[in-house]
Amino acid sequence: MTKTTIPVHLDINGRHHDLQLEPRVTLLDALRDRLGLTGTKKGCDHGQCGACTVHVDGERVLACLTLAAQVEGRTITTIEGLAREGEMHPVQAAFLEQDAFQCGYCTPGQIMSAVACIREGHAGSDDEIREYMAGNLCRCGAYPHIVAAIRQAALEVQS
Amino acid sequence: MRDFSYLRANSLDAARQAAALPGAMLLAGGTTLIDLAKCGVAEPDSLVDITHLTGLNSIDVNERGATIGALARMGHVADHADIKSRFPAISEALWQAASAQIRNMATIGGNLMQRTRCPYFRDPMNFPACNKREPGSGCSAMGGVTRGHAVLGTSDACIAMYPGDLAVALVAFDAIVHLGERQIPVDDFFLLPGTTPDKEHAIEPGEMITAIEIPGTAAARRSTYLKIRDRQSYEFAAASAAVGIEFEADGRTIRDLRVALGGVATKPWRARAVEDALKGKGLEPDAVRAASLLAIQGAVDHGANHYKIELAPRVVARAILRLGETA
Repeated sequence: MTKTTIPVHLDINGRHHDLQLEPRVTLLDALRDRLGLTGTKKGCDHGQCGACTVHVDGERVLACLTLAAQVEGRTITTIEGLAREGEMHPVQAAFLEQDAFQCGYCTPGQIMSAVACIREGHAGSDDEIREYMAGNLCRCGAYPHIVAAIRQAALEVQS
Repeated sequence: MRDFSYLRANSLDAARQAAALPGAMLLAGGTTLIDLAKCGVAEPDSLVDITHLTGLNSIDVNERGATIGALARMGHVADHADIKSRFPAISEALWQAASAQIRNMATIGGNLMQRTRCPYFRDPMNFPACNKREPGSGCSAMGGVTRGHAVLGTSDACIAMYPGDLAVALVAFDAIVHLGERQIPVDDFFLLPGTTPDKEHAIEPGEMITAIEIPGTAAARRSTYLKIRDRQSYEFAAASAAVGIEFEADGRTIRDLRVALGGVATKPWRARAVEDALKGKGLEPDAVRAASLLAIQGAVDHGANHYKIELAPRVVARAILRLGETA
């Protein structure tokens, strides 16, 4: 099969990248396989687990169901772009403090989702956090600590 | 996933022309299409990306109703203040669907084009027979695991359930699908499987959904979407009901009632028999429960999905009675 590639220009974590990709390449595969940004995880690869959550123009989306070519011209943020000048984002710090993970595989997606959840104003109560974080599965079952971390971070971000 | 060519449309006309070509498909949020391409169910030759088109994502609400652009995202519509106040069932159907990430991606137009979650339809490698995928190949679901399959609107060819939530609320409130100039009531936009389950929507090649219009009514303003499922969140409906009520001036006699079902039928299912049975009556719990049984008139189960016939009328009755409590 002939492989036709197209030029794709991506802005990720404040850096510009010029890539040559097959049109079917997802943002997730471009991040991991082409750019070495392996913080974004591949779980189910079908939009069911949330491990690949990144921000496009400040909103949380699933990189596994997004074509890389689609997000040309958009601003993309991954877990690698969350810290500022070496200082952890308050959500990252809260996950550490609350021990909000076990194996850690879902954690980058959880954190990216949580940052957006707080920004959207959907972290007002434990029930609301559970509802609006439902797209991020944790098979270790660290959910109680994840909710606690998001509650803590939401208070810090708001104050 | 088979490779395809990619075209970014820069105008509505260009998108429609490109998508009319054989093997071409429109790409919006991609939450169904890219998933199904990975499953080997969708095998487009070319994708026409419409997410960079401008002017198709507005949400306009006034006294006459709401007009929602086809590229408005599910999450934005769910959180829109005027949609929440004037069309609560629409907002509730949206925020109870999928996950926050998917709602940020998925568009309102794409939502109407969502395909069934029938596991046999989604797995061509293991289940080659599927009349929806390959007309005339048979149905792997019949005689298989049917817990999630439809009990209403089925045919000998297909029992796949329509999985969406939004469209259930849309049929309850007589929404209209805009395909550019052409307009279709949303109830007619979705087709019964009959002998052609591969044809799910009344949309032709070269047509594109441009907007959804929802008439503003008192019943839409006093409405709710009740979704019952196997887990609390991020799950398709076992049974759901979109309900809206308008009372007479006495505050207790039903002037207008809207009822539609999700999770139980092959398309979003308007239950007019329930509406007609209760209009002009008061909200007596026993009468509501009796009338709600009319919602599943003609239901046929395939074994494991029998529970839906028991569940759906109870969901309808609970939704109606809850709305009455807020009087």
